[in-house]
Amino acid sequence: MHELLTGTQGDKKFLLGNEAIIRGALESGVRFVAAYPGTPSSEIIDGFAALGPDIGAEVEYSVNEKVSVESACAAAQCGVRSLCSMKHVGLNVASDAFMTLAYVGVKAGMVIVCADDPSLHSSQNEQDNRYYAKMAGVPMLEPAMPQEAKDMIAAGYILSEKHGMPVLVRTTTRVNHCRGPVCLGEIPEGTVKGTFSRDPFNLVVVPMVGRKLHLKLLEKLSALREEAEKSPFNTEEGAGPWGIVTSGVSALYVFDAVQELGVTDRVRVLKLGMTHPFPETLVADFLGRVESVLVVEELEPFVEEAVRVAAQKNGFRGKIAGKEFVPRAFELDSVKVKEAISRFFGVDYQRPKIFPVPENLPARPPNLCPGCPHRATFYSVKKVFGEEAVYPTDIGCYTLGLLPPLQMADFLICMGSSIATAGGFSRVLDRPVVAFIGDSTFFHSGITGLINAVTHDRSLLLVLLDNGTTAMTGHQPHPGVRLSREGAREPKVDVEALVRGCGVRTVAVVNPLQVKKTQQVLQDIKAGMKNGGVWVLISRSPCPLFERRMLGTTQKVVFSVSGDCGPCRDDLAQLGCPAFVWSKDEAGSSCVRINEVLCSGCSVCAQLCDGIKPKKLSA
Amino acid sequence: MRARAPGKIFNGRIRGSAPKRHGKTEETVERRHEEARRRGVRLFFTGVGGQGTLVATRLVGEAALAEGLSASMSEIHGMAQRGGVVESSVVVGDIRAPIVAEAQADVLVAFEPLEALRALNRCHAQTKAVVSTSPIVPFTVAAGQGTYPNLDDVLRELKDKLAAVVALDAEALAREAGSVRAANMVVMGAVAAMDVLPIAKATWDACLRKLFPPKLYDLNQRAFDAGFAHARP
Repeated sequence: MHELLTGTQGDKKFLLGNEAIIRGALESGVRFVAAYPGTPSSEIIDGFAALGPDIGAEVEYSVNEKVSVESACAAAQCGVRSLCSMKHVGLNVASDAFMTLAYVGVKAGMVIVCADDPSLHSSQNEQDNRYYAKMAGVPMLEPAMPQEAKDMIAAGYILSEKHGMPVLVRTTTRVNHCRGPVCLGEIPEGTVKGTFSRDPFNLVVVPMVGRKLHLKLLEKLSALREEAEKSPFNTEEGAGPWGIVTSGVSALYVFDAVQELGVTDRVRVLKLGMTHPFPETLVADFLGRVESVLVVEELEPFVEEAVRVAAQKNGFRGKIAGKEFVPRAFELDSVKVKEAISRFFGVDYQRPKIFPVPENLPARPPNLCPGCPHRATFYSVKKVFGEEAVYPTDIGCYTLGLLPPLQMADFLICMGSSIATAGGFSRVLDRPVVAFIGDSTFFHSGITGLINAVTHDRSLLLVLLDNGTTAMTGHQPHPGVRLSREGAREPKVDVEALVRGCGVRTVAVVNPLQVKKTQQVLQDIKAGMKNGGVWVLISRSPCPLFERRMLGTTQKVVFSVSGDCGPCRDDLAQLGCPAFVWSKDEAGSSCVRINEVLCSGCSVCAQLCDGIKPKKLSA
Repeated sequence: MRARAPGKIFNGRIRGSAPKRHGKTEETVERRHEEARRRGVRLFFTGVGGQGTLVATRLVGEAALAEGLSASMSEIHGMAQRGGVVESSVVVGDIRAPIVAEAQADVLVAFEPLEALRALNRCHAQTKAVVSTSPIVPFTVAAGQGTYPNLDDVLRELKDKLAAVVALDAEALAREAGSVRAANMVVMGAVAAMDVLPIAKATWDACLRKLFPPKLYDLNQRAFDAGFAHARP
């Protein structure tokens, strides 16, 4: 049995925030889980998938986040408790469904976990998704640690069912990826099957239904406001004339900072766990007990603004501060919070002496792995299209093609943007436009952009980097997967047929690890592109990490350089495999050797240089 | 290094052979626990994807919990397989935030020397560090963007700034123990030997057994013990 399913009432386990979320949902009898992966939320859906059929729940790797919310809300409409998880920007994709689902509501509990990423550890922005709760009118809980994440999932299901509303559990990276002790409860038995009662005048949102449902939503919100006023997750600690209002993981930094500044006897902390609807009366009461208030929260002044509203309505005359003292960008920590508290309340505080990190240390950015087929694709495209072309790119491992020496990324805003922006670029520029998108991202949100480009006769090449998996987030499946643990399989959706179905007439498929063939096909496409039109090159080779994991294949050869380096050193430098080790020879020219531990045996470099030869690995 | 019988290098031997440090009464252990609870200990881990940084972090968390201390840890995932820096932290005792900010690390655990240097801003003058001296040269160096610092300079800089630095060739010790892949546990053995955490050797061993599947346990225990022996004065 999977470790997450073991343990009974009262046991303690050391769980990752995301595992605590899974356990909380299981204990609440969740039967339908749908998600598209995204850091820092991915372990939620992956964890559910790893539990297998034992849990009696449907686990769906959805094609994108919007689909996941739609899919799960149908289950909840039929009385089946459901869960969606996504990273913060995933809720942008799902927002269309999310906004009106707030009107329609649910029958069984539905919890949507969205994981914000302050400091952009692995995201394109650090938007504050708490505003989504406010915009949609959906109740929101903000856990600070794994135990609370589990408790809030359970409370979320109860709230959701009681008020017929989806509930947003808004986490941040430091909650999802924090591991801490979590107290367990029992996991009930159940079934994925539900029932549906026809009720179109409440469930089919045409304008006349929407008008009625909006009024109903406002009623629900005032009932939910009462829930927030008495929520056990809104707690007060300490006593004294100085007030601090905080929420989520920031509360932990506040507690440590107050302790370390030695001002526990002067500070009263209101930690908010349910922040939408905002518990205005509770906060007004709190204001009545303090002289001045500092609001400590990461990112936007969401709580701060609400505290100011509560103060204005209730005639609080003390000083309120927030973002003047607490940074608005990036995550907080207890040092930043100590600084804010000391400045606002006038506490003596000696900033710690920080040892400077020596300058000029070589950077260690993440990089495409040795043997990654994306590197070979980028190399060949650059060889053929060169500096002249514009290269819109997309989100996945291949975004790392941004880095030198490849530098094959010119524009990116969001999932799927490569193709649609390529269409725009091609209309206003007289330069070749070559867009890159991965297979999973293409399914997620690239298809509509491609149809748009075809419809409007754009002139571009789309290189579809088909490595057969969602590699960046940990090899999650998608509709085009061709490998299983049992070996090769037919994909559920054939990407080539799909591209042709989008109206693209000129489609080619290559294996990028065959360098000459790939470049020949690219040359032909480049020649053909003079006549315009949308061209698609499917560059297909499985992610080597995924292939190894699925098939258990072992590496047969490594490559090594024999003899001195000649002019092909420039080509190898352009390829930039991390297994290359460069040095200067006696004449001062650079010369390359291959680190055989890192070499994956892909053979791409050997196709660029005759001096590179394979060496059999002994079994 | 002398060859040792696998799996039971120090088990049962420690207390007798090193009475000054290990023959502590229960009371002393209690007091150390209390001190750690009161003051708290922050550990910052840094390494390169694939070095087992997160497993090592988890070991500390599990061991602290097994000793009845509160613990929480924080990880940054995502880029681990792509050769980037992997950072994580454990806080033990009465500290609520799971992360280690600038100048907050009481213990620096570095699985790679360049990354140890890069984490200097997390340290303070009382920081104790364990540093694996086996370099992993970043591809940026191979591509001519910067030079890898001289190892002696790295260690001198660390020793100059920090209260104590244990530097060890974790890869070599791990190879002797059976596989270079257990280098992370060599480092953790050294952390255990530094006495910065109120965790008994037997507790570490029990958690190793819990953390690794039976097939990998012996190797990792051997590696841990090799690091432990190395860091013992």
